Amino acid sequence: MSGVGDGGDEAEALGVEVVFFLAVVGAEAVGGEVGADAVGFGDPAAAGEGVGELLLPLALGAPAGVGGSAAKTAVMANTATARDRSDGVILGADTRATEGPIAADKNCEKIHYMAPNIYCCGAGTAADTEAVTGMSFLTSVCVASLPDWRDSRVITALTLLKKHLFSYQGHVSAALVLGGVDITGPHLHTIYPHGSTDTLPFATMGSGSLAAMSVFEAKYKEGLTRDEGIKLVAEAICSGIFNDLGSGSNVDICVITKGNKEYLRNYMEPNPRTYVSSKGYSFTKKTEVLRTKITPLMERVEITEVGEAMEE
Amino acid sequence: MDLNLDAPHSMGTTIIGVTYNGGVVLGADSRTSTGMYVANRASDKITQLTDNVYVCRSGSAADSQVVSDYVRYFLHQHTIQLGQPATVKVSANLIRMLAYNNKNMLQTGLIVGGWDKYEGGKIYGIPLGGTVVEQPFAIEGSGSSYLYGFFDLAWKENMTKEEAEQLVVKAVSLAIARDGASGGVVRTVIINSEGVTRNFYPGDKLQLWHEELEPQNSLLDILNAAGPEPMAM
Repeated sequence: MSGVGDGGDEAEALGVEVVFFLAVVGAEAVGGEVGADAVGFGDPAAAGEGVGELLLPLALGAPAGVGGSAAKTAVMANTATARDRSDGVILGADTRATEGPIAADKNCEKIHYMAPNIYCCGAGTAADTEAVTGMSFLTSVCVASLPDWRDSRVITALTLLKKHLFSYQGHVSAALVLGGVDITGPHLHTIYPHGSTDTLPFATMGSGSLAAMSVFEAKYKEGLTRDEGIKLVAEAICSGIFNDLGSGSNVDICVITKGNKEYLRNYMEPNPRTYVSSKGYSFTKKTEVLRTKITPLMERVEITEVGEAMEE
Repeated sequence: MDLNLDAPHSMGTTIIGVTYNGGVVLGADSRTSTGMYVANRASDKITQLTDNVYVCRSGSAADSQVVSDYVRYFLHQHTIQLGQPATVKVSANLIRMLAYNNKNMLQTGLIVGGWDKYEGGKIYGIPLGGTVVEQPFAIEGSGSSYLYGFFDLAWKENMTKEEAEQLVVKAVSLAIARDGASGGVVRTVIINSEGVTRNFYPGDKLQLWHEELEPQNSLLDILNAAGPEPMAM
C-alpha cells in the first residue's frame, strides 16, 4: 500500500480535527505478562517483542523454573499506546524487552506489521506475541483479502487473533492492541490473552498501562489533530517508560490513516547513553601470529572461454 | 495492594432483563475488571444476536464473547433457513446448549431477551451451569446479589415501557453503588414490536443513594466543606 499521505494531508489542510483514539499497550514487567490481565501465568517471564535469536533459544529451552516461574524468556514489559483518530489510528510502544530483572533488548520492536493497513502492538511473552502476529496471521490476514483484491479488514485480524488466543485458554501470553484503517473506517481494539476483546477510543495495556492510562484520562479529548495525537501518545508512553520498571528506552509511534501509514521507529529517544568514553576501546595485549598455513579445500579451476556463445 | 493484572478479564457486572407490557428492557453496567484494575470503564455488555434478540453478558469476558459470537452465527444461518426472524426461545436454547455442554470450561452467566411475534417479549436467564429459566425478570452478575430484595418489592406485572426502563436504570444504579465490580455507565436496550432502542445513562447523571456524595472536581472541595453535605434524595 503506497500512500503518500493524501488523507492525512487533506485533513490537516482543511483544519479538520481528527479524533485520536489512544491505545496503550504495555506488557507486564516482572511477573511478565501483558499488563492487562489474565496471562494467568504469573511467571516472571514474558518475552518482549522483537526478541532476537539470542533469546529464542532461551524461550524454547527454558525448563520450568524452580521459583515457580515457567519458561524464562525475555519479559516484555512495555507500554504500548494506540490512539484512534477519527480518520486514523496512532499506535505507540516503548522498546524494552526484559528477562526477569534484566533488560534483554533495549531497542526491540513491539509494533508489528499485520497488513499494509493494520498494525498490532503486542505485550506479554515476546515469543507469543511474535508468533501470534507473525507469519501465520500475516498470511491469513493479508492473503484472506487477496482473492477479492481488497484491503484486509481490521475485524478479520481481530477475529483470527481472538479465536487463536481463546483456543489456548490464556496460555498464549499475548495481550495485543490492534489498530488499523480499512474501508469501514479506523478501528482500535484490545485483545487479552484469554481471548476477550474491547473496542475503545483509547486504550493502554501492559505493565505500564496504568501510568499511560492516567495520562490519557487526563489529557485525551475528542477532536485531536495528528500532531496533538502523536504528542499525547508519546507522553503516555514516556509516563510508562519513566514510572514503570518494566518499560523503558525509546518511543515507537505508528500512524495509520486511510491510504497511508507512517512507522516512526524511535520517534523519541529520551534515554540516550550519557557516558561514552572518547578513547573508545583498546585491547592492551595483541594476539601474536606464530605461523600461517593455508590449505585449499578444493582445487581452484580456471575456466577459459572457447568457442562461441550459446544461442538463445 | 496487589493489582493483579494477571487476572482473567472478567466482567463483575450487573445485568438485568425485565419484561413489560409489549416487550422487554435489558440493562447493564459498563465495567470490565482485571483483578482490581478497571480494564474498560465503558464496555457494552448488551450484545446483539439478531435484529430482535439481544443477550446480556456477565462473568468471563472471553467466554461470554465467544459464546455470543457462535450463537449469532448459528442464529444467522437459522434465520436464513427458516425464512423469518428467529424466536427468543430458539436463541435462548442455543445459548443454553453451548453453556450446558461446555459447563466445565465456561464461566459466564447470560440473560437472553427479545421480542418475537409468537410470544411477544420474553426473558430467559441462563446462569452458570447452563440451566435455562424463562422469567418475567432476570438478574445476573455480581451486582445482582444486592437486587433480589429490591425486585421482590419493586417488580409489578404489566408495567409500561417508561416504568420498566426506570426500574432497570434504578436497579443497575443501586447495584453500582454497592458492588465494587460494577460501575461506569448504565446502558439499556428496549426491544418491542416496533424495533430496538438503545439508551445510555452516564454514571454521574444517576440518582444518588444513601451516603453517596455529589461528584466533585477535587478532594480539597470536599475537605474544605463547612459541614456534612445534606443528603441528596
